[in-house]
Amino acid sequence: MGIRVIKNKCIGCNICVRHCQYGAISLVDEPHKLANGKEFKKLAVIDLEKCTLCGECVRPCPTNAIEIETEAHEFKDKENYKDVMVFAEQRRGELEGAALELIGKGRELADKLGVNLYALLLGKSLKGKPEKLIAHGADKVIVVNDDSLLNFLPEPYTNILIEMIKKYKPSVLLAPSTTQGRALLSRAAAKIFTGLTADCTGLDVDSEGNLLQTRPAFGGSIKARILTPNMRPQMATVRPKVFKPLEEDTNKKGEIIEEKISSELLKSNTKFEKWIEDTTSHISIEDANIIVSGGRGLGCSDNFKLLFELAEVLGGAVGASRPTVDEGWIPYSHQVGQTGKTVGPKIYIAVGISGAIQHIEGMRGSDLIVAINKDPDAPIFRVADIGIVGDLFEVIPILKEKLKKAKNG
Amino acid sequence: MKIIICIKQVPNPEQAKMDEKSGTVVREGVELMVNPFDLYAVEEGLRLKEKMGGEVIAISMGPPQAETALREVIGMGVDRGILLTSRDFAGADTWATSYTLSKACEKIKDYDLIICGKQAIDGDTAQVGPGVAAQLGIPQITFVRKIDEINEKNIKAERLVEGGYEVISSPLPLLITVVKEINEPRLPTLKGRLNAKKAEIAHWGPEDIQADKDKIGINGSPTIVDEIFTPDLSKEGKIFSIDQIEEAAEEIIKKQKEMGLI
Repeated sequence: MGIRVIKNKCIGCNICVRHCQYGAISLVDEPHKLANGKEFKKLAVIDLEKCTLCGECVRPCPTNAIEIETEAHEFKDKENYKDVMVFAEQRRGELEGAALELIGKGRELADKLGVNLYALLLGKSLKGKPEKLIAHGADKVIVVNDDSLLNFLPEPYTNILIEMIKKYKPSVLLAPSTTQGRALLSRAAAKIFTGLTADCTGLDVDSEGNLLQTRPAFGGSIKARILTPNMRPQMATVRPKVFKPLEEDTNKKGEIIEEKISSELLKSNTKFEKWIEDTTSHISIEDANIIVSGGRGLGCSDNFKLLFELAEVLGGAVGASRPTVDEGWIPYSHQVGQTGKTVGPKIYIAVGISGAIQHIEGMRGSDLIVAINKDPDAPIFRVADIGIVGDLFEVIPILKEKLKKAKNG
Repeated sequence: MKIIICIKQVPNPEQAKMDEKSGTVVREGVELMVNPFDLYAVEEGLRLKEKMGGEVIAISMGPPQAETALREVIGMGVDRGILLTSRDFAGADTWATSYTLSKACEKIKDYDLIICGKQAIDGDTAQVGPGVAAQLGIPQITFVRKIDEINEKNIKAERLVEGGYEVISSPLPLLITVVKEINEPRLPTLKGRLNAKKAEIAHWGPEDIQADKDKIGINGSPTIVDEIFTPDLSKEGKIFSIDQIEEAAEEIIKKQKEMGLI
């Protein structure tokens, strides 16, 4: 285990020094020769006291001169873990949309691997739900029905999940990265010692059955591909709205497996007292078909009014970029992006938003992206399907009239 | 009441810049700070101590320089700080981190409550808190926005979830993770700063917490980072000038019709 600089590969270029966030790498004067005989004066040296083995220096190195070694754990039963399993989240008896999205993605992965797609459904009175999961792509639905499972509680849900993992041996296990999915998979992965990757925005499999998990890192400015090479199942939570569900096919055949669970596994220290709905946020940007989103270009809080008017004409909701929320122009519940909400409406209209990668990460799943910005070089235009270069205060009123007319026929 | 707060030192995200040539993030010279969500955890711990008495202990895993983060929270009023630091802890993923923190909690022992921020802003995983609870075999309440009731034996708390909140009760000891709605973290006082300067920060290595060497650091991490890259998101969109707004509007209307929105 450890990190090292391979001396006969290092050209002293300073790139690793600039990428180290812990100030652990420096260049020293140490003339040395490369394998090809070329001589270089500077050598990169890693201060092991400061290095955290984060690996960020490894990739940028142009000569692959930095190496991290690890000792692999062995997982004895690995070959028997084959299938794909999706935790089909329900809340208060209703299937989450995210569950169907994951069934769609899980179908694709299972087909590539040539294995079965299982859905795991925990709850109470689940009538019709297993059929729905099958119609959206599941081969087999494992149902655990108990009054105590109506609401999510970490301990019994984790116990049952682990029991089902042992029994059905999935190679891949996916759950939505909701408050429920995150709490559940974190707890389960810790108990059974396997890898868990949070908040994936991309999933694929390779020929060896590895799950290639892509997730935004460092505020979305870069992406990391994460693997769990040795342990099983390979667990990931997946951001809602990133993948689309398959079309419902009510002719699709599947199997429904009712599992009986011992009362021991249903025990819970935490007790669900009650659910209280938040009625203050009238429009949820997660559910809107159309979102009109505002950025710093609006100039001040009052100008959000323009967007609320446009959104009303379109029957949509209003979103916002992070700077406007930080400035206090609009509440956090409207924030779209890495640190806000991920949205996937049919139409996303970005008004006066420059398009920081953190923002784009939260809205690029939209079907149609319209960008309005004064600055023709604003990065938002790179992801826009329709771009309008111009002053938003001129553009919005005209646009509003046009769209209003079209809507009213 | 004995309260343990888990904190993390993270790079200030506002200061990271993109290297145009290599397309990667340059972090040289970026300042390190206490993960903002952890400050809410510290504040909640301090408030509970003020109400019920006891001790607030902050723990962190990181390189020696992470001591700065512990001093910062001692400045806010935390009683003592423990830094889990060793070469062998380096390269830990969320699994190995949870394991290491849980072993430290076991060594501290007799804790009533462990508080974590809901997630760290560098990794954004929200996995370590529940991981620690699972490793310790204690219950958890994640994303807590308010503690309604607490006494020596029980807690009732509001958990912020999609579309509202859940009221959950549990016996102690347990672990909670907190969201920013829970409180307004205090600033360090002058006296606190002086305390922080003088404070002895204990350094614990793997032997101190009786950690299994195969379960810490990079060796104890089931996940590996296979590749880091800069996403290419660019599309070939239609761009209109200010004089072509009408055409742009027609284009949007056309799409709206295709999508069945009008």
